[in-house]
Amino acid sequence: MKIGTPKEVFEGENRVAMTPDSAAQLQKLGHECYVEAGAGSAAGFTDDAYEAAGVTVVKTAAALWKEVDIIAKVRQPTETELKRLNKDKTLISFFNPAGNEEGMELAKSKGATVIAMEMVPRISRAQKMDALSSMANIAGYRAVIEAGNNFGRFFTGQVTAAGKVPPARVLVVGAGVAGLAAIGTSTSLGAVTLAFDVRPEVAEQVESMGAEFVYLDFEEEQQDGSATGGYASVSSPEFREAQLAKFRELAPDIDIVITTALIPNREAPKLWLEDMVKAMKPGSVIVDLAAERGGNVEGTVPDEKVVTDNGVTIIGYTDFPSRMATQSSALYATNIRHMMTDLTPEKDGVVDHDMDDDVIRGATVTHKGEITWPPPPPKVAAIAAQKPKEKPKELTPEEKREQEIAAFKKETKNQVTLLAVGGALILLAGLFTPASFMQHFVVFVLSVFVGFQVIWNVSHSLHTPLMAVTNAISSIIILGALMQIGSGSWLVILLAALSVFMAGINIFGGFLVTRRMLAMFQKS
Amino acid sequence: MEFGFTTAAYVVAAVLFILSLGGLSGQESAKRAVWYGIAGMALAVFATLIGPGAGLWLLSLLLIAGGGAIGWVVAKRVEMTEMPQLVAAMHSLVGLAAVFVGFNAHIEIGRVAEAFAEAGVAFPHATYGVMSDAAHEVESIFRGFAAIVAHKTGVEINILRIELFLGVFIGAITFTGSVIAFGKLAGRVTSAAEKLPGGHILNAGAAAISLICLFWYVGGGGFLPLFIMTLCALFIGYHLIMGIGGADMPVVVSMLNSYSGWAAAAIGFSLGNDLLIVVGALVGSSGAILSYIMCKAMNRSFVSVILGGFGGSAGPAMEVEGEQKPIDVDGVAQTLDEADSVIIVPGYGMAVAQAQQNVAELTRKLRAKGKEVRFAIHPVAGRLPGHMNVLLAEAKVPYDIVLEMEEINDDFPDTDVVIVIGSNDIVNPAAQDDPNSPIAGMPVLEVWKAKNVFVSKRGQGTGYSGIENPLFYKDNTRMYYGDAKDSIGALLNKLD
Repeated sequence: MKIGTPKEVFEGENRVAMTPDSAAQLQKLGHECYVEAGAGSAAGFTDDAYEAAGVTVVKTAAALWKEVDIIAKVRQPTETELKRLNKDKTLISFFNPAGNEEGMELAKSKGATVIAMEMVPRISRAQKMDALSSMANIAGYRAVIEAGNNFGRFFTGQVTAAGKVPPARVLVVGAGVAGLAAIGTSTSLGAVTLAFDVRPEVAEQVESMGAEFVYLDFEEEQQDGSATGGYASVSSPEFREAQLAKFRELAPDIDIVITTALIPNREAPKLWLEDMVKAMKPGSVIVDLAAERGGNVEGTVPDEKVVTDNGVTIIGYTDFPSRMATQSSALYATNIRHMMTDLTPEKDGVVDHDMDDDVIRGATVTHKGEITWPPPPPKVAAIAAQKPKEKPKELTPEEKREQEIAAFKKETKNQVTLLAVGGALILLAGLFTPASFMQHFVVFVLSVFVGFQVIWNVSHSLHTPLMAVTNAISSIIILGALMQIGSGSWLVILLAALSVFMAGINIFGGFLVTRRMLAMFQKS
Repeated sequence: MEFGFTTAAYVVAAVLFILSLGGLSGQESAKRAVWYGIAGMALAVFATLIGPGAGLWLLSLLLIAGGGAIGWVVAKRVEMTEMPQLVAAMHSLVGLAAVFVGFNAHIEIGRVAEAFAEAGVAFPHATYGVMSDAAHEVESIFRGFAAIVAHKTGVEINILRIELFLGVFIGAITFTGSVIAFGKLAGRVTSAAEKLPGGHILNAGAAAISLICLFWYVGGGGFLPLFIMTLCALFIGYHLIMGIGGADMPVVVSMLNSYSGWAAAAIGFSLGNDLLIVVGALVGSSGAILSYIMCKAMNRSFVSVILGGFGGSAGPAMEVEGEQKPIDVDGVAQTLDEADSVIIVPGYGMAVAQAQQNVAELTRKLRAKGKEVRFAIHPVAGRLPGHMNVLLAEAKVPYDIVLEMEEINDDFPDTDVVIVIGSNDIVNPAAQDDPNSPIAGMPVLEVWKAKNVFVSKRGQGTGYSGIENPLFYKDNTRMYYGDAKDSIGALLNKLD
């Protein structure tokens, strides 16, 4: 099949859906690659680089759309672009199916297949093509960089000859992919980072990134993220109040706020209200990553940087990934390439659009003249439901002591019973057996005790040598045979001789093999 | 030579044997400990040869030398992967020797009784140490063991009979059991659990017949009950071990080790030889502890292992969802290249494929690149307690990076890559997650907590126990199919 990537027509969009690297991989799948002239220039990939990777460069967008079977692009397609589709063509792109009814209708009427990259289900197998995550990761990183660009101080605290610099305090609201990326960037720049999320189970992830999780004093069973495919859900009004109160309390001490709170298919919730913006110190920076969906911050203007009256900068850019076009193109192109790998299971350049596959089914929004959105829920749950953790009951010192005493008593009882029974049995045996037997018996019992004490200390790794050496010394039975061999009866001599012979094999074989093994154990 | 000298030599030998076992607590002291054992054995044999009762010592020495030569050759030639077979084969020799010595004791009793009867003196004697002159005269013709027998009273003779009966019984079980275990480990007998129709009833029947024979024998039955019992014991040994599957072999081998010790102890009682008793008890308890450790590592009771096979599960096993995802050598090499910490989990499959040299080479290469490489050894990995340690040691893997399950289980979450080579049940998460699994509750290596898990495995089949392993379906697991030796070899070429 022929795969082509046109230049993005959306103004200011620098990304491109195919890189020379990804093209090389696509060709391994048996596909031919095409690219519109200049498509990658904004992302730092020249036409020459594409040609060197075996990609055919096509002069105009129209020619490209006509030539290829599969079009891979980044931004939601325009009407003009959609009109170029026909029933033999497949489009892979961000599509925003929830807010793009006309687009879907148009694609349907053309009979084309459309795969929407944001609809890739959030299951582990599909992570490699989850473009939302890879773009969110970049957005989170870039948000911190943009904030730093507009922030007048260091991130990290320093004590210098010219005075002491306090570290910046950063609050990240929403610990999704973007939030975690922001936390990682911010902590590695040295800022004191706090993070909040409505899903308490992410606290562990937040802490693993080196930030401090902001807990609310709120007694409500939060819905576990696993029920909603790993995304946050709408919270109750009481919870929201508690959350806002916490933010209000934090606002005066925070230098940089990065909000990333989004709920699927909804307006972004307003979390940072006007009074909190007012409470912040002059020079503080707010980056609103939810600006495209209305913003988490009151006062955000999408695609703009505004400065409030009290000197707080609010950044509402919506094109963070595009601002790092080289990186984001590389990641997005890899996502597309993985999608193609799944679509080309035989690696022979033939696309098998398998509508029974959870991932392909989930991402397909129109297919064979029908709208297939929204998809049925995937067969595999995205994240295993968290089992409620059982807390081991904290024992008071008294209870602990009681338990210890009880355990001690039980042990004593067991031991005493065992000793009593064993002693009685031995005494009983002593009554009926002659002294000569009891002498040997004492030796036997003591040896068993010594054996148990000694063997418990043998290290695990030496169990095989232990077996070999016990095997060698168990041929001590040779003593019995040696005592009998001189006895005179030919039968006895024969049997004893055989025993001596076999024991001889054992003694030498056992000790030698043990020595061989032990000699192999070496310290590094 | 004085009897006192022999006893003194025995005491020294016993101390040396105890030191020899005690020295196995560490790798370095173990190297010294073997010499204690060798010295103890040499002293014991020497003292017995020059002690009272021994004769034909030239023949004895020749036989020891002959046997020793065979043992020497075998020990030099054996491959470390064949260790389990060798140990089992050597146990069978001890078992058979115990049977023969027991028979001899019986024959001696008969001879002594006959000689007394000819001289017209009552035997056994009524009271210990009080003998008529005629009795002294008869006794004086006997040497060694027979002389001891000739001293005995009636009760003592009966006890002697019980002791030698037990010695022969345990020895015979050890003999056939070890032969079958050898066959299974060497692959000459099917390693699946097989039982004759009738199952354990047959074993119980044979044991019951043996018990009846004991009473018959003590009651003066002569050689016949002893012989019937020997046959029964041989059958029990055969049938018991046939009914135990390959993966339970660590328990079986250590159990047989224990039996060979108890047999020696029983023979020691009948011969009145304290050194035999001491060493038999040491070996017996050592084997018993090893069996206990192995059973605990599988979370199964000793009885259930001996009775063979896995118990029925309490309900349907958990469904395994997902697919096994294969990976090729490039993928493994790339991930290893990026990893900082690697844990390798070897199993019986590594021994079968003789892959330990390649694994060691892999370890060296990864360590040369500054990566942390460690080995995680489950107590029942392989077919012998400590089997994996020996194989890795043979391949010159330093023992301080080879760790036990308890030492390393908590480190898996911080590990980048785990390579599972030819092990299955010991890394099965079902043991923790699925209460209905036949191996539920067995302590396992928690490899699935690592970031990446590669499983080197021949095909998609289940392991010995036939249990599906959910590990192979986990998202962070990739299956690296192929013979372990070849796959690791291919990986080595990619790592340069």
